[in-house]
Amino acid sequence: MNAYSVQVAYVFSAALFVLSLHWMNTPKTARRSVIAGAAAMTIAVLATWFSPAVHRHLWIIVPIVLAVAPGIWLSMVPLTAVPQRTALSHAFGGLAAGLVGTAKFFHWYHDDPEFLNSFRTIAIVIEVLLGYLTFTGSIIAAAKLQEVKWIPQRPWVYKGQNAVNALAFLGALVLAGFLVASPTSAAAPWLLGTIILLSLNFGWMLVMPIGGADMPTVIAILNSYAGLAAVAMGFVLDNPLLIVAGALDGSSGLILSIIMCRAMNRSFTNVLFGAFGQVQAAAGKTEQKTHRSATAEEAAGILGSARRVVIIPGYGMAVAQAQHKVRELYDALTKRGVDVSFAIHPVAGRMPGHMNVLLAESDIPYERLKEMEDINSEMPQVDVALVIGANDVTNPAARHDKSSPIYGMPIIDTDKAQSVMVIKRSMNPGFAGIDNELYYLDKTLMLFGDAKGFVGEIVKELSSEAH
Amino acid sequence: MLPQIGLNLLAVDTVAPTIEPHAQALPIDNIILFLTILMLATFLGMGIIRRVSPLLHTPLMSLTNAISAIAVVGAILVAGGEGYPTGIRLMGAIAVFASMTNIISGFLITNRMLKMFKERTPKGAPAGGNA
Repeated sequence: MNAYSVQVAYVFSAALFVLSLHWMNTPKTARRSVIAGAAAMTIAVLATWFSPAVHRHLWIIVPIVLAVAPGIWLSMVPLTAVPQRTALSHAFGGLAAGLVGTAKFFHWYHDDPEFLNSFRTIAIVIEVLLGYLTFTGSIIAAAKLQEVKWIPQRPWVYKGQNAVNALAFLGALVLAGFLVASPTSAAAPWLLGTIILLSLNFGWMLVMPIGGADMPTVIAILNSYAGLAAVAMGFVLDNPLLIVAGALDGSSGLILSIIMCRAMNRSFTNVLFGAFGQVQAAAGKTEQKTHRSATAEEAAGILGSARRVVIIPGYGMAVAQAQHKVRELYDALTKRGVDVSFAIHPVAGRMPGHMNVLLAESDIPYERLKEMEDINSEMPQVDVALVIGANDVTNPAARHDKSSPIYGMPIIDTDKAQSVMVIKRSMNPGFAGIDNELYYLDKTLMLFGDAKGFVGEIVKELSSEAH
Repeated sequence: MLPQIGLNLLAVDTVAPTIEPHAQALPIDNIILFLTILMLATFLGMGIIRRVSPLLHTPLMSLTNAISAIAVVGAILVAGGEGYPTGIRLMGAIAVFASMTNIISGFLITNRMLKMFKERTPKGAPAGGNA
């Protein structure tokens, strides 16, 4: 393949990447997007491999062969583990970008210093910074999501943290300035080396203070960084395909993180530097209020005689692995003629769209999965709202209590349903430590128990009644 | 060894070949061309992603994961290119490994998730083995 046909192949590849993302807009065409994406990638890999610049084939074959096993393994994780898998692959993407940037710099530095002009050096610095930052940041995010013991789940903060981070960042900027000013000086490798160390440091410093509830936003931001690192690589290597694919990826991460932030009524800076979960400590004290509870049998009776039921799932459902029991409940109720749908809050779960995937896995038809805005206007007509493992996204305090840390966050209007049932282990406040007013309403019944077990009991009651 | 001190943003055309300018047209610098591509691709990406159904945000993320592994292009050039010392080549090979892992797992898991999004079975058709 000559250099020109490689470029032509890249154009086709870029077009297929665009189509691939375009077909993701409805589940009907989504399967096509995988085919288009995989085709685009295959074209890009083969065109590059057979380009006139590549001669050492063993150096390519060996890593590709080695990647097959971990690649397949990472694609078979249970769907509850998809958030940490995604974080881990952001780490891989960041590492790849960082390494290529480093390799190109040292190669040009020693062999072709005339290639190291200011613009390329700026691009290399950005690529290396984003690449290594994404690498360590994503590893920490993956570890937090996997609930690895030595990484605290709760935000990890110390006094003056933001000042330390800001100083370190400023330091890196100054070093980068020196490097760009004289990329071929004797000090340049040391400057880049220091920038690399600082970037590796940034990654974990940025993610450590962020709590589990903010993970959807963090994962989306890291996704965006991995894309931007690819864009920077495109500028380093004069490659438009990298720019296009990286920009698509970067804008995807950006849009998703904006959606996540909006769904929590928080700003970017607040997510990154606000350390969610501290403010709540003070708000934890509340006077004793009364709540009503019910047994599985009573719950089954109410659900079975309802006309319309909306189930509000949250991360707790995923933790308890209750999605398959929830599907049985859906089947049992549907068989009795009850209209059952699911209300999905954008930040329910640990990554964007997490609940949808879990429910789809357990075979619930996707038309039954409703977005928050669509279901909220219908809530007053709903007979029973059943909350399974969700908490803050159902708290009415978000609408009216200005002192609540979640004030202003859009919620699913669970309290507007005719009656409410909440499956919960105990009255302990949830992850964010905020007490939920919903639990003390007159129309609310608390169902105490493990989500999977309790839903199972309700299903048993429903089917024994039927016989 | 060329001592390059100070910003030489405008001197790039001595390094990378630019597009042959038309007799009367303004010559376009490669950097400007690439920045234009970046700008257009970003707007295109925003427009497309905004329309992606929230149902599919998780598979979207694993798909873009696989797409961002386009870094493999740079990695292949470094690992398999001519004239690189072994240490640098090794960095390229690790990058090929990392991006290839992402490509394989990204597309496979996206496909696996998308297979699960089924429409409701049409009314009247048997909905599976229930009594």
